[in-house]
Amino acid sequence: MKGLAEELAPLSTHEAAVEANRCLFCYDAPCTHACPTHIDIPRFIKKIATGNLMGSARTILEANLLGATCARVCPVQELCEGACVLGSEHKPISIGRLQRHAMDATHGQPLVKCAPPTTHKVAVVGSGPAGLSCAGELARRGHCVTIFEKRPLAGGLSTYGIISLREPIEASLDEVRLIESLGVRIETGVEVSGLDDLRQRFDAVFLAIGLGHSPALGIPGEEFIIDGLAFIEQSKLDPAGMKIGHHVVVIGAGNTAIDCATVAKRLGAKRLGAKRLGTGRVTLAYRRTEEEMRAYPHELEFIRKEGVEFRFSMTPESVVIERGEVIKLACQNGIIPADQIIKAIGQDNPPAFDLEVHRGFVKVNSDMETSLAGVFAGGDCIRTKNVASTVMAVQDGKLAAAAIHRHLENTHG
Amino acid sequence: MADLKINFAGIRSPNPFWLASAPPTNSGAQIHRAFEAGWGGAVWKTIGPPVLNVSNRYGAWHYGGQRMLGINNVELISDRPLAVNLREIADVKRHWPDRAVIVSAMVESKPEAWHDIVRRIEDTGADGIELNYGCPHGMSERGMGAAVGQVPEYCERITGWVMDVARIPVIVKLTPNITNIVNPARAAVAARANALSLINTINSITAVDLDTLEISPNIGGKGGHGGYAGPAVKPIALNMLAALGADKIPLPISAMGGISTWRDAAEFLLLGAGSLQVCTAVMHHGYRIIEDLCDGLSNWMDAKGFATIADVSGKSLHRISDFQNFDLSFRAVARIDEAKCIQCNLCYVACNDTAHQCIDLVNNQGSVVQPYAYPPESNGKVEATTTRPRPVVREPDCVGCRLCFNVCPVERCIEMVEVPSGRAPVTWQQLVQTQPAVTENWDAMEEYRKKVGIDVH
Repeated sequence: MKGLAEELAPLSTHEAAVEANRCLFCYDAPCTHACPTHIDIPRFIKKIATGNLMGSARTILEANLLGATCARVCPVQELCEGACVLGSEHKPISIGRLQRHAMDATHGQPLVKCAPPTTHKVAVVGSGPAGLSCAGELARRGHCVTIFEKRPLAGGLSTYGIISLREPIEASLDEVRLIESLGVRIETGVEVSGLDDLRQRFDAVFLAIGLGHSPALGIPGEEFIIDGLAFIEQSKLDPAGMKIGHHVVVIGAGNTAIDCATVAKRLGAKRLGAKRLGTGRVTLAYRRTEEEMRAYPHELEFIRKEGVEFRFSMTPESVVIERGEVIKLACQNGIIPADQIIKAIGQDNPPAFDLEVHRGFVKVNSDMETSLAGVFAGGDCIRTKNVASTVMAVQDGKLAAAAIHRHLENTHG
Repeated sequence: MADLKINFAGIRSPNPFWLASAPPTNSGAQIHRAFEAGWGGAVWKTIGPPVLNVSNRYGAWHYGGQRMLGINNVELISDRPLAVNLREIADVKRHWPDRAVIVSAMVESKPEAWHDIVRRIEDTGADGIELNYGCPHGMSERGMGAAVGQVPEYCERITGWVMDVARIPVIVKLTPNITNIVNPARAAVAARANALSLINTINSITAVDLDTLEISPNIGGKGGHGGYAGPAVKPIALNMLAALGADKIPLPISAMGGISTWRDAAEFLLLGAGSLQVCTAVMHHGYRIIEDLCDGLSNWMDAKGFATIADVSGKSLHRISDFQNFDLSFRAVARIDEAKCIQCNLCYVACNDTAHQCIDLVNNQGSVVQPYAYPPESNGKVEATTTRPRPVVREPDCVGCRLCFNVCPVERCIEMVEVPSGRAPVTWQQLVQTQPAVTENWDAMEEYRKKVGIDVH
């Protein structure tokens, strides 16, 4: 049984060349349109075909500084690869894997050039994809950027919340180092509680604070339920120390729930001393019907193949405990045996720092500026519509950096 | 079922496919296997004076992941002793009486040397002799091969020596490394040769190694021109074959140069070939390709109603002409089949950047839009695919250059459709004869265009 190693193997040089040569080199290509950051995909793929990997990586980074993460975590079926003109009759080009090839092959090389330093200082709160993207784009323009990150490691969800099957922690930390190499300073373990101090010390502020905590289910025995994001976090930081139940129930049916189920399935039954990994039972319990599931179809397909079971119309009512141990999850329409229960039912709204909000999210104008002048925001904390994803956050950071740059030039000369 | 048998200048074979004189015909053991696979004949690798070969003798040109679109070589004629070759030739012929065994030869430019080799070849029982006047490397430096083929007088003189003694059919093999292929062909005719073959390989250097800056292939730090062959040379070979046909050269021609499939073979036959020789495709895939060469050709002939190879040979030759005889009023335009179009827009960029700017990008509302017109916040496969503009030909402006047809990756998506030009047929030659001023000065040309309705935008 497979463990948590990156699911897709890296392409060999030959595999990458063969795949790159399949690309038709469309003009004004639909893959580029479909990419939220509009990477010039045919251009970077042709550069792989000609063996110009440095040029290929630079083409990617021009549009998206988090190209290595996006190559791994993007729902490519819904974006670039879903729009590939070869999709109708053949297999679409494996754009994600080619992008990863270019990024990995040139890792650590000096790929991004920065403009001469300016005197402007910008604070970025949060070091997830939106924060890193914005910080990197501002650094490219010569501005002095400091990121404040409350966690011990930078990278946000890429570091803590994307399962290793899709992105190992090293890939995320490498990307953090790329942003640092542009001159961005990252202060970890610093929690920002108000904006006054930052506004005094910096010429502009960008909030990339993500979402809040997981909401409570409000059912008896909730203290026995493990938080999904914490579960994934441990699978990345300390997989060997994980305790996985014999029968794990994951409450929820979004992409985080699917990730939790995948990890539980892959590492399942380890605690029981079974010889082979992956023999545990994992059930997704969803309060609605199959048709209402929000996860991407390709991810659902993936966990079905992993052997995860589904129970629909299951609204949790209580965790049943016997002698201090979880024995089942009682739901409105039935009971599911369980010795471990994980919840992945979304996250609360972000903290708002007294800023105006829209449907609970930080409100921004078309320049990504909040109700407070000079304070901008992007990423999941503003995402009231569309699917939240890494690549959308990266694009937010990019657009915000452009707006902040204009703001700095207009207000500070 | 089509009859693939041929009688080429008196040389008979059960199908028109012969292995060309090259590494695939280096030894008796190889040719036995080739004949078992079904080859109709083989031209033995050139025999002649002693030689020594080098390593890294084959270079190749690969493109877009496709291997060996062209192969180049500096291998010399057979490096096996003459006596061994002659013994094996006799052995092969004895075992395969129904196949064509032709022996390629090249010796010093002396009558006695040629007389001697011709007699020795005839003693083996071989069906014919091919005179190698084409080898472009090594042997030419010793006054043989292309050194003969490039000088029509030498070609005629040496062929004459051979014809003085030869009792079996003699084929003169021509080099393409010459300005006009017709001249050495005429020389061979004058010297009473029985047949011609073409093309030999083309002078070439395949590559320079970007790591070491050495010539590739690297022969002990050096490299140089070698003979180029394979799919990439086919159009050159077809042109030279047609040139001999257009000149009404009265000899059967054994054609070669990039024949890889039965389709290539049929094209060479249509332009006048009487037999076909194959090398690179065999060097790439082995003798087994003969099966589809025969099967495909036979099926195509059946579908077209051709009973014999002779029925096919030269069928398209009468269409070969010069620019001055083309109808200047012939008009074709590109039409894009919307149902087949995958909207890669390769036709658009090719036409817009490098041809005649007559393809527009049209959106769902029917308006002409510029490329990259979508707003930056637009993304996702649904928006990218449903709002994508499609290429549309502005037919009145289309000059029918055919570039879009050539770049379109979808089979039969773009077609060149003949449309009436509304003008009477006329050729350049007719204009020269009837309205010389039009062909000589721009004012007269402009006036002529206005009169007949030619608008060059």
